[in-house]
Amino acid sequence: MIDTMMAPTVTLAGLTVDVNEEGFFLQPEQWAETMVPELARAEGIADLTDRHWQVIRFMRRQFEENGTGPTVRVLGKTSGVSIKELYQLFPKGPAKVAARIAGIPKPRGCI
Amino acid sequence: MVDQHFSMDAHGMTKHIVILGAGTGGTLVANRLRRLHTDEDVRITVVDQDGEHLYQPGLLFVPFGLAHGDKLVRPRQDQLNRGIELLQVAVERVDLADNRVVLADQRTLAYDVLVVATGATLVPGETDGLVGPGWMERVFTFYTLAGATALADALAHFDEGRLVVNVVDMPIKCPVAPLEFCFLADWFFQRRGVRDRIQITYVTPLDGAFTKPVASKMLGSLLKEKGVEVVTEFNTGTVDGAGGHLVGYDGRTVDFDLAVVVPLHGGADYVARSPSLGDELNFIPTNEHTLQSRVRPNVFVIGDAAGLPASKAGSVTHFEGEVVCDNVDRFLAGAELVDGYDGHANCFIETGFGKALLIDFNYDTEPLPGHFPYRIGLPLLEESRLNHLGKLMFEWVYWHLLLPGRDIPGVGSTMPRSGKRLVKTHQEVKA
Repeated sequence: MIDTMMAPTVTLAGLTVDVNEEGFFLQPEQWAETMVPELARAEGIADLTDRHWQVIRFMRRQFEENGTGPTVRVLGKTSGVSIKELYQLFPKGPAKVAARIAGIPKPRGCI
Repeated sequence: MVDQHFSMDAHGMTKHIVILGAGTGGTLVANRLRRLHTDEDVRITVVDQDGEHLYQPGLLFVPFGLAHGDKLVRPRQDQLNRGIELLQVAVERVDLADNRVVLADQRTLAYDVLVVATGATLVPGETDGLVGPGWMERVFTFYTLAGATALADALAHFDEGRLVVNVVDMPIKCPVAPLEFCFLADWFFQRRGVRDRIQITYVTPLDGAFTKPVASKMLGSLLKEKGVEVVTEFNTGTVDGAGGHLVGYDGRTVDFDLAVVVPLHGGADYVARSPSLGDELNFIPTNEHTLQSRVRPNVFVIGDAAGLPASKAGSVTHFEGEVVCDNVDRFLAGAELVDGYDGHANCFIETGFGKALLIDFNYDTEPLPGHFPYRIGLPLLEESRLNHLGKLMFEWVYWHLLLPGRDIPGVGSTMPRSGKRLVKTHQEVKA
């Protein structure tokens, strides 16, 4: 899709994946759960808890069902984790950070 | 000897189309469908909870004394053609399984086709503190007529301090309106001779001024030019009207003396009471191109009520109208639906000092520079007086062409490509 620049790649869990300049996966099917700890560390999350996993798996499911990741507000209403806690888990912004870790494109909730 | 197949009475042949909402979408669809069908073929009932049609694009101008509330409101009934029944009553719920609408007074309406046109609703109560102390005193919204009118009084007496314009989260109606508000505030305070004592700050959950890259850069540099500070990726958790600050979920704070907040939006309340009709924000899941709902084949959706990746804006509703009517007809005739809607949106962006920008885009093409609708036409993504006149003229167009469901000369429902510079434009946009 991107013809004007070389898309960057990164190696995760021994596999090469294509990402954009903001670190979002260009091909979500390249993602695997084994990549999650490494992706999380890159976001400054050293301690992956069950709550993190709950959000990451929820993001992934939402993307598979709707073709886009949820916004923070929708996450707060539907993931079983409140917005306050979402920010504690992903202090730099839950929707974007969790999307990067879940290997899905940047949420397009914003039109 | 009458064949059983042809012995149905006239009433049995008449199809009933029920339209929920008599705003922009409901009105123009009702009028279009009425022209296409005889009363014997189709009965049309429109339901709305109140009798007043508000010209929403006018709200932006009220806080600056450029428009007055009483001029923006007309009776809903007067916008509907003869042969359309208008019921003024709230909707209790829709029973999709039984093809009927239950009204607040317990009457029910059975339908063959339902068109949902109940728009978006403001939910300020969902943001902690927003409607608490200071609401309508130093915290306002211009997204309601009462709010815009109260804000006019506050702005007229605001001589120094920090004005904060905040979008809590997307989606919102008319995503460019908060930017226009900043541009007009800059003009307004300059004209009053107090601009140098007032700081204007735009606080947005987005990572730039706007959602689409080329327009975001253009609008971002325009904000900078006008001395408007921009705070990005700010998710407002609490509005503290008494203390005068916004608190973000990430702990950041923004202080204000006067705050203009665009509250969270959701679909209409009855959607939540209607099993399987809406999504988690009460918008209706809708096919992007046919505008048929994804919940039932005989339910169609127009305007802000739809959960689509399109702007919630009057121009979108207008361009959708033709496709909705065409597909309602096709559905009634048992024909295949058309993938007619391309996400076309078209917005004038008021930039102050008698000028405006124009943007034109769809699902696949972001707003680009050029001219609209052809190579000769209004300039796109560029400030001009002509665009400002276009914006003013739109009010007449709204009442006299758009609501009656007529086409606007030269403006088709799909996005025109000629006139747009569809090349790599990032370099062309002023940094």
